[in-house]
Amino acid sequence: MSIRDRMSGNEAIATAMRQINPDVFAMFPITPSTEIPQYFAQYVADGKVDTEFICVESEHSSMSACIGAEAAGARAVTATSSAGLSFMNEMLFVAASARLPIVLAVANRALTGPININHDYSDSMAERDSGFIQIYSENNQEAYDNYLQAHRIGETADVRLPVMICEDGFITSHALENIELESDEDVKAFVGEYHPEEYLLKAENPLAVGPYGVSNYYMEARVAQAEAMKNAKRAILDVAADFEKTFGRKYGFFEEYRMDDAKMAIVIMGSSAGTAKAAVDELREAGKKVGLIKVRVFRPFPGEELAEALKNVKAVAVMDKSEGFSANGGPLFAETASACINMEQRPKMINIVYGLGGRDFTVDHTRRVFAHLEKIIETGEIGPTYIHLGQRDDRKEVL
Amino acid sequence: MNKKANEITEQSTWQELTVGCEIYEPGTSRLTLTGEWRSKIPVWDPEKCRHCMMCTPFCPDSSIPVTAGKRSDFDYDHCKGCGICYTVCPFGAIEWKEVH
Repeated sequence: MSIRDRMSGNEAIATAMRQINPDVFAMFPITPSTEIPQYFAQYVADGKVDTEFICVESEHSSMSACIGAEAAGARAVTATSSAGLSFMNEMLFVAASARLPIVLAVANRALTGPININHDYSDSMAERDSGFIQIYSENNQEAYDNYLQAHRIGETADVRLPVMICEDGFITSHALENIELESDEDVKAFVGEYHPEEYLLKAENPLAVGPYGVSNYYMEARVAQAEAMKNAKRAILDVAADFEKTFGRKYGFFEEYRMDDAKMAIVIMGSSAGTAKAAVDELREAGKKVGLIKVRVFRPFPGEELAEALKNVKAVAVMDKSEGFSANGGPLFAETASACINMEQRPKMINIVYGLGGRDFTVDHTRRVFAHLEKIIETGEIGPTYIHLGQRDDRKEVL
Repeated sequence: MNKKANEITEQSTWQELTVGCEIYEPGTSRLTLTGEWRSKIPVWDPEKCRHCMMCTPFCPDSSIPVTAGKRSDFDYDHCKGCGICYTVCPFGAIEWKEVH
């Protein structure tokens, strides 16, 4: 039986951590993720968890401590944002290639510069090739639910990869919303205990992790890691199916919102999806065939499934809340476009970069996006494919 | 069953590697022959050697075997040819030669 409560995304994630009771939490604070270790420190002080809570001197160190702990056989977690995630960069690759299923909570925040504490995905998108599984949340409920699924996904035998659970900084991390929590017992039963086959503290079998492997072995090691990421797709769906059976809330690679018979669609992530859904509802009321796909799992990227979901759509706007500086569109656009490239009939597809550094994204913005897609369908002319939305501009805006 | 390091070779497929390239036994550096890295080679002269044990602790690769207080010839499978032993030998008992 779920428990009705109200709390922020940070408290929801900290609550999930308390219920899971990990062996090690290596913490270093950074806005807006700081509350996660702050709440957790209280749980430690109150004796609600028996986690080893290590206050380290940097994010490079917090991820390093997690790597050491996880290799030793412990369940290790941490949380970070923005520059903190960037500072972990080197160690994220070590964690993933050593195949250590650490769970990292990320409250997404823009990267410098200018210096900015508000939300976009530039931090985690910069780590999209680190080998971490990346799961994104629309609201506090999803942040909680995604976190509850993270350990099992990462620890799956043929996966063994670290997992990033992302929530939108401030929008989700700090805003209070209603939430359905599960009981401590039910969560513990769902997540289970961690029993790795091999680990450093297994005295009867000495183990070395993180070896040297140059051109005669590196390629094979990377292929094995790439296969593990493919296996993660099955594991994510398996865990989601059990989650739905256990707690009743349904998750997949992405959410299809009013996509039946949709002619125009936007592909979007995180809390912006909530805003855009309101516009979709309005436009549906007005008889427009519009729909929305909210990408939940970005790594592994569900390319085939997304292409299948978009196959009957005429025009798609892929919404990127991070600027990749490719001069050709953002990362979600690049992935979605490449996923669709071999379709017999593919939709016209444009990229809209919006909401950078916490710039507002509104229902009206979404209406303008759909109006633009409608124009593309009517005229058959795609026009510019890489568009910014919501900036002050002395040129005539595309949308 | 996890493979031991000596069961993994440059012919092994990616499926045959251990997860994360973990190594499940100690002392596997013995399996990696680093002698081919040498461009110069130390040559021991037992006639001049006084077994003073200066060279042995200086060797960074444990390539000078010692038994009962006496050294024997170099382990050329692992000597990388750094020349430290030749430099520290007080008796000129180690020659420093080109590899041809």
